[in-house]
Amino acid sequence: MNQVASVASRASAQSINASALRRHTLWDAALRIGTRAAAVTVLLLLAGVIVTLIEGSWLAFSTFGPGFLSTETWNPVKEEFGALAPIYGTVVTSIIAMAIGIPISLGIAIFLTELCPPSLKRSISTAIELLAGIPSIIYGIWGLFVLAPFLQAHVQPVVIGTFAGVPFLGALFAGPPYGIGVFTAGIILSIMVLPYITSVTRDVFETVPPVLKESAYGLGCTTWEVVTKVVLPFTRTGVIGGVMLGLGRALGETMAVTFVIGNAHRISGSILAPGTTISASIANEFTEAETALYSSSLIALGLLLFVITFIVLAIARFMLYRLKQKAG
Amino acid sequence: MQPQTRDMTRKTGFSMAMYDRRRFLSRLLMLLSWGAAATGMLVLLLILGTLVYRGVGGLNLAVFTENTPPPGSAGGIKNAIFGSVMMTLLGTALGTPIGILAGTYMAEYGRNTWLTTIVRFINDILLSAPSIVIGLFVYEVMVVTMGHFSAWAGGVALALLVLPVVVRTTEDMLLLVPDGLREAAAALGSPRWLVISKVCYRAAKAGMVTGVLLAIARVTGETAPLLFTALNNQFMSTDMNAPMANLPVVIFQFALSPYPEWQQLAWTAALLITMTVLVLNIGARALSTQNSKNN
Amino acid sequence: MNEANPAPIQTQKPYLTPRDTSAPKLPMTEKVSVRDVNFYYGDYRALKSISMPIYDKKVTALIGPSGCGKSTLLRIFNRMYDLYPKQRADGEILFEGKNLLDPKQDLNLLRARIGMVFQKPTPFPMSIYDNIAFGIRLYEKVPKSELDDRVETALKRAALWDEVKDKLNQSGLGLSGGQQQRLCIARSIAVRPEVLLLDEPTSALDPIATAKVEELIYQLKSDYTICIVTHNMQQAARVADFTAFMYLGELVEFGETSQVFTKPKQSKTEDYITGRFG
Repeated sequence: MNQVASVASRASAQSINASALRRHTLWDAALRIGTRAAAVTVLLLLAGVIVTLIEGSWLAFSTFGPGFLSTETWNPVKEEFGALAPIYGTVVTSIIAMAIGIPISLGIAIFLTELCPPSLKRSISTAIELLAGIPSIIYGIWGLFVLAPFLQAHVQPVVIGTFAGVPFLGALFAGPPYGIGVFTAGIILSIMVLPYITSVTRDVFETVPPVLKESAYGLGCTTWEVVTKVVLPFTRTGVIGGVMLGLGRALGETMAVTFVIGNAHRISGSILAPGTTISASIANEFTEAETALYSSSLIALGLLLFVITFIVLAIARFMLYRLKQKAG
Repeated sequence: MQPQTRDMTRKTGFSMAMYDRRRFLSRLLMLLSWGAAATGMLVLLLILGTLVYRGVGGLNLAVFTENTPPPGSAGGIKNAIFGSVMMTLLGTALGTPIGILAGTYMAEYGRNTWLTTIVRFINDILLSAPSIVIGLFVYEVMVVTMGHFSAWAGGVALALLVLPVVVRTTEDMLLLVPDGLREAAAALGSPRWLVISKVCYRAAKAGMVTGVLLAIARVTGETAPLLFTALNNQFMSTDMNAPMANLPVVIFQFALSPYPEWQQLAWTAALLITMTVLVLNIGARALSTQNSKNN
Repeated sequence: MNEANPAPIQTQKPYLTPRDTSAPKLPMTEKVSVRDVNFYYGDYRALKSISMPIYDKKVTALIGPSGCGKSTLLRIFNRMYDLYPKQRADGEILFEGKNLLDPKQDLNLLRARIGMVFQKPTPFPMSIYDNIAFGIRLYEKVPKSELDDRVETALKRAALWDEVKDKLNQSGLGLSGGQQQRLCIARSIAVRPEVLLLDEPTSALDPIATAKVEELIYQLKSDYTICIVTHNMQQAARVADFTAFMYLGELVEFGETSQVFTKPKQSKTEDYITGRFG
């Protein structure tokens, strides 16, 4: 800034419009300070969210102690609250979402980078990305009125029948076909995370230098071998980053899950049974929570969700940054 | 197989059975990857098809001219459309300037500083953080403080979702502006703020507009943060200081209700909201493509 | 052109002075025969009716100014262009009597038999050992001990063994550029191809590493048919038995290296070789 000042004074010595110079100096300072303040705002926002949630959940944590995390009971009448059922539901739906979503996403990414005719590439990419644009509530209403009845009528009876009597799997897919439930929520989530994982993996797949792929092909590799032995090892960090990004989405997804999970505060051995997730509990019950302890417990759930997703997303970003640095 | 390709294998130690297996595996998996892409497309078509199929039937003038009806009677969603537009505008109007300024700092003043690194990291996390948590935050900060739900709170919640999207695209787009352009402008004696506002912003304009459009598209369908900020309102209200109807929450309530009229309105509202979001998305995409062609 | 001043020969060992390539031993058989091949990038015709032989167990060099189509021609031999849409070739390339441009040709098998080394070294992100074993494992089920032998042999043939034998489990990315390139050559020959395509294999290397790779090419031709693209004319003169000079997508002249360099039949060739253009 001293340099600018000296240049400015020299310029004014040559009697260039001095008021213009003053104005420029003023605006320069204003913009610099203003933008910096805006950047700091982003940090304050995060700090604000964390502080507010901690403050709001203080009552719940001080009442129930660490047992809050390991108790299944959720009884608004007796005012006994435990987060275990929502945590369980969140984890299980996310696992299902990832188990279905990752292979399909990778398949689409492979299709787009290795197989797709160039004339279709753009439109298919766009279509997949539009899946990300569809609001979560639309997935909810579609899941409730289209997917759940379909699963109830055609898929779940078959699954229940097939695995009945099989150890472990029989219990996992036991019970009447409700249609709605943890399994259905997992499927909806898998569709919702698909565009996120696909677009990241496709982008990182495209960073593989063509010559590296050529040299693998040059040795006589099949396309599958080029993908698994050259492309995936080369892009591993990026793919993990993309998967974590999708996982972060799945963990925090609210409305779609609220529609189809059945909202039952219990842990069931069968994944076909209704359950709940952290976000679905908050969405369903927060406006009805009359007592301070009830709403504090829900905010505590929110804090929990925020911490979990924060960690997952932080890992995702860290992975993606590392990839970017490697690529230079 | 044609005998001709077999011929190509006259080599020592060469296992044709092994190759057949490898080729089979590769073809199978490539077929599956075609299948994955087809699945993705199919799901998109199914969702859009359902929306059109169930939504178009309820689409009539009353939808736009009447307010949300009491249970069991017909009506429209005028108040919800109005509320959604108002809160989206408010959210955009609050979130965009701050986002652009923060992005400007990161790309122009604070490149490679620790502040930029941290802000970028935090912003990227906020970009995909669960929106319901933002709802809780605004509830605690505004609704509890003011003592009632309000459209202001809803707008602020949406602004907090607009912010990270705009920060991200602004920074990205400004970083694409070649430094040569900045240097050329500075070499003319142009002060920094003019370099940024007249040269950099202009060069990055299309990309930044794309970012804002994407941000609007994102918040248009957001439901979770509005549930406990703007809440809902049966009636037409223009009072920003009171609860206000909005499309997503109306869809949520009406879809889960047992009344066919409400469910029909929910589908129609879902169709409208999805079309809006898709048009915004495609528009943003077209704009950025056009821009990349021009450069 | 960047090769206007070729590296002085002082840095090289005496045996790298031009060899006696004047009398290729007869009879020679054509390993690959190019017959009237055209190549298109979209609508642009990049190669125009190329016909030439590639002789068995000889080194054939493709030379010519940038953009003349020499790399394009090389990439037709193993159909590498097939990876990219809108690129196509017509005509015939006979490889042991079969046209390898036949759309029914199995590309993986073809590429296992016609190996390729690229301009920039392309070690895979894995250990040195695994880089070499990678190609062998694709087509052959060999016991560990034999695999070890094969890796060792390939590395020895590529004159890399002594430098890496103590660090076979380290990443191939940790080697120097010249070592990486020899690693890639070793990787290619480990698959035991019959033809080896080299696409400007030394353009990213320093003069000493270049000399080592050139010596290696000379050693390899007893077992392999080699086709090398180079923009360095001295290199062509040093390593090749036959030289093809290409210009603007056409084959201007093909002949024994000594003839092309000392008594070119075409004035265009003479102009290029004497440095009048390019």
